[in-house]
Amino acid sequence: MSGRAIGLQPARIRAIGMAPIGTRWLEIVGAWMLGLIWVLPLLYAVWTAFHPAAYATRFDLFAPLTLHNIQLAWEAAPFARYFLNTTILVTLILVAQFVLCTPAAFAFARMEFPGRDFVFAIVLLQLMVMPDVLLVGNYRTMVHLGLVDTILAIALPYLGSAFGIFLLRQTFRMVPQELDDAARLEGCSLLGRLWRVYVPLAKPTYIAYGLVSVSYHWNNFLWPLVITNSVTTRPLTVGLSIFASTDQGIDWSIITAATLMTSGPLLIAFLLFQRQFVQSFMRAGIR
Amino acid sequence: MAGVRRETLQAWALILPALVLLVAFTHWPAVATLVDSLYTTPKGSRPPRFVGVENYVALMDDPVFWRALHNNAVYALVTIPASVVLALLMALAVNTALPGRPLLRMAYFTPTMLPMIAVANIWLFFFTPDYGLFDRIVGVFGMGRHNWLGDAATALPAMMAVAVWKEAGFFMIFYLAALQAMPPDLKEAASLEGSSRWNFFRRVTLPLLMPTTLFVLVNAVINAFRLVDHVVVMTRGGPDNATTLLLYYIYETGFRFWDTAMAATLTVVLLALLGTLAIFQFGVLGRRVHYR
Repeated sequence: MSGRAIGLQPARIRAIGMAPIGTRWLEIVGAWMLGLIWVLPLLYAVWTAFHPAAYATRFDLFAPLTLHNIQLAWEAAPFARYFLNTTILVTLILVAQFVLCTPAAFAFARMEFPGRDFVFAIVLLQLMVMPDVLLVGNYRTMVHLGLVDTILAIALPYLGSAFGIFLLRQTFRMVPQELDDAARLEGCSLLGRLWRVYVPLAKPTYIAYGLVSVSYHWNNFLWPLVITNSVTTRPLTVGLSIFASTDQGIDWSIITAATLMTSGPLLIAFLLFQRQFVQSFMRAGIR
Repeated sequence: MAGVRRETLQAWALILPALVLLVAFTHWPAVATLVDSLYTTPKGSRPPRFVGVENYVALMDDPVFWRALHNNAVYALVTIPASVVLALLMALAVNTALPGRPLLRMAYFTPTMLPMIAVANIWLFFFTPDYGLFDRIVGVFGMGRHNWLGDAATALPAMMAVAVWKEAGFFMIFYLAALQAMPPDLKEAASLEGSSRWNFFRRVTLPLLMPTTLFVLVNAVINAFRLVDHVVVMTRGGPDNATTLLLYYIYETGFRFWDTAMAATLTVVLLALLGTLAIFQFGVLGRRVHYR
């Protein structure tokens, strides 16, 4: 018994990452199969959008490429306005979140005051109960404020962001206390220290938070759908859904063209800055 | 003493702007919704009337509510494990030296960058009877046309496929980060002791990934109840409420039927559900997780 066990040993001493060739090969094929399944819907959409409608469901390697569908989609709905609305919305949210969350995060990270932990817990509740779920209550508030159908109303529920406060607080706590003390000795005020010491050191966190925030609100749909009802306020996502549902004669070429067009800027930005994006999402996720 | 009070005032001044907005659009609507759920929906000049738990009693008799609850439970129980396991597999795959690794990582992650509503449009086309790619693929295997979204039996699974496709790549990123942060000497030690790959994965990798798994799970649970954009675009809850999820039902009740009291009641149920899940996740699972 023991002899057999010892006899097995040499075969088992193998670098862990190295599986037998057969298994390894299977894994590679499996990984690529999954990858293929994952890009297939997207490739299909790209194919449909950039070929004449006649080729929408026919595969011919030599089918002529065209931008005609994009052009038709662009002219069929006020997408230029929707792009502008989304840009305004995303910028407004990003700037406000930075301005509001930074001081709050600093206070939670580096100041002593009674009730701090309790208030922080209240803030963190929002991580579980997000404004997306509170459509009914927030809609009523917007009616009272007279803000229904404004871009500000789309943005308001997201400005005081628990996620942002939490993320920045974690970063600020990592800033060496000596730097803070040195700045204090130099006669730097509270806000001066925040602005000159903490904010510059937290730059990677701001980039990460910014990317996460922009992609979240570029893609957000249900709340904007509820609170807007005119061309001048609708963001791209809502505009796209209305465009796709108002009986375009279900011309898939044009609908997919519009779909890719509206996701285009974010998608292109992602492909260009892939590493930055992925690292940002990772940074935002590590708690 | 005066110094302490000064710091307290300063701290509150720094916190207050963010806190006011946060409370006004998260805590306040939650409380207001709870209150609203105890009143009738105001109609015209008729003001809301206090009815106690009558709305909740009505809800218990509402078959669509039970259907939505059931759908959402099935949806969560399938999409959460499926996307988490796939995410882990993806991360493990992309973490090894694989031919074309950056391309593969991009393939997995790209759906995450698309708006859910764009994803819904693409998959709507995908599922179209006859023309859609899906029917053409199964057609190769000799199966006839099928209305994937029009059939009550396949509509919800179709929605789940969309959700898993969109989410898995997102969760992969967090697993990938955790895998890359794992000290390499662990692997060396294990290989010297002759531990098999599966054993190493089960005994070392998986426990070390537990905090990540908890984080991913929390997000997956929230998303399973928060994200219904694809329902709005693809099925509007149909056929015959087969794809109605809770938040979609809230949206429909509140903003298509304008029954705000019932919508408020439904929201309270959803909040209670999310709260219970949060307590469970942090209380029960959290204790079994070893943090660094």
